Amino acid sequence: MLASALIAQMSPSLTVAPVATIKAAKGTDTTVTLKASLPPGFHANTNKPTEAYLIPLTLKWTGGPLEAGAIAYPKGTMEKYSFSETALSVVSGEFSISTKFKVPAGAPTGAAAESGTLRYQACNDKACFPPKTLNVSFTVTVE
Amino acid sequence: MAILRWTLTVSVAVALGVTACAPQKSTTTTLKDEKERKQAPNFALKDSHGKTVKLSDFKGKVVLLDFWATWCGPCQIEIPWFAEFQRKYKDRGFEVVGISMDDDGWKVINPFVKDKKINYRILLGDDQTGSLYGGVDALPMTLVIDRDGRIASVHVGLASKGDFADAIEKLLEAPATHAGKRTHRSDES
Repeated sequence: MLASALIAQMSPSLTVAPVATIKAAKGTDTTVTLKASLPPGFHANTNKPTEAYLIPLTLKWTGGPLEAGAIAYPKGTMEKYSFSETALSVVSGEFSISTKFKVPAGAPTGAAAESGTLRYQACNDKACFPPKTLNVSFTVTVE
Repeated sequence: MAILRWTLTVSVAVALGVTACAPQKSTTTTLKDEKERKQAPNFALKDSHGKTVKLSDFKGKVVLLDFWATWCGPCQIEIPWFAEFQRKYKDRGFEVVGISMDDDGWKVINPFVKDKKINYRILLGDDQTGSLYGGVDALPMTLVIDRDGRIASVHVGLASKGDFADAIEKLLEAPATHAGKRTHRSDES
């Protein structure tokens, strides 16, 4: 295999499945779940990595009519790799991140986009890849 | 601080002869035949004291050039090896130079260097240097450069300590073809 092809397949991209439009009434709470996945052979740190130097999986909601509350990150698994003396707290394959939102009583009625960012840093068993920030969003219809 | 952009210029990477590691595959560090070695691109980067350091400052020496970051687990495995190489080979004309690709710069690098007792020169990398070396898309990326300033091996990902040691020993034993007249790509005009 050409080196170029090998390199091209190295850098992993975390993907997040589109979220169906949410309908929520003013003054209520609603929970939105992002379904994410990493390609086989790669892992990312959980939100609570075991080592201080590792970059955590971090979801931030930055714009939209809703008020973001608690975020439930995947617990992940403890995995031992050839490059680590101890097991690391990681996510791999498919995983979910849920956010509890409050719909403010004063939120504008109608459809609007809620947007945010998901930061992650991935590795395989031999190499690590630079941190990436993925834009995430969904549509909410406030009733 | 400007965020480092991580670029991938495959054509340059191929030209440098990058040995990439796909998931689950192991790789070895082997020396290129002398005729296949290309001149290592020169760079000028700052160390933690603000001093500008150029690759050409190490002319006539064998250099292990390590692109790394504090958040890179595999890099942490190799760093003690490189510190050992620095101690063991420095009197024979050898230097380890670490180029950190941390976006957060010295505020994260300095405590790490102290904690890990890194005994070799650490420089803060930038976009331009990454691009010179084909785009540093995965870490660690380690180059072993011969006394003539030519890239004798490139390895992306965790490698074998023994392979690095073998490569260094062989290069230290080999006389420089143009000793004292070492040039680097960007110095040539």
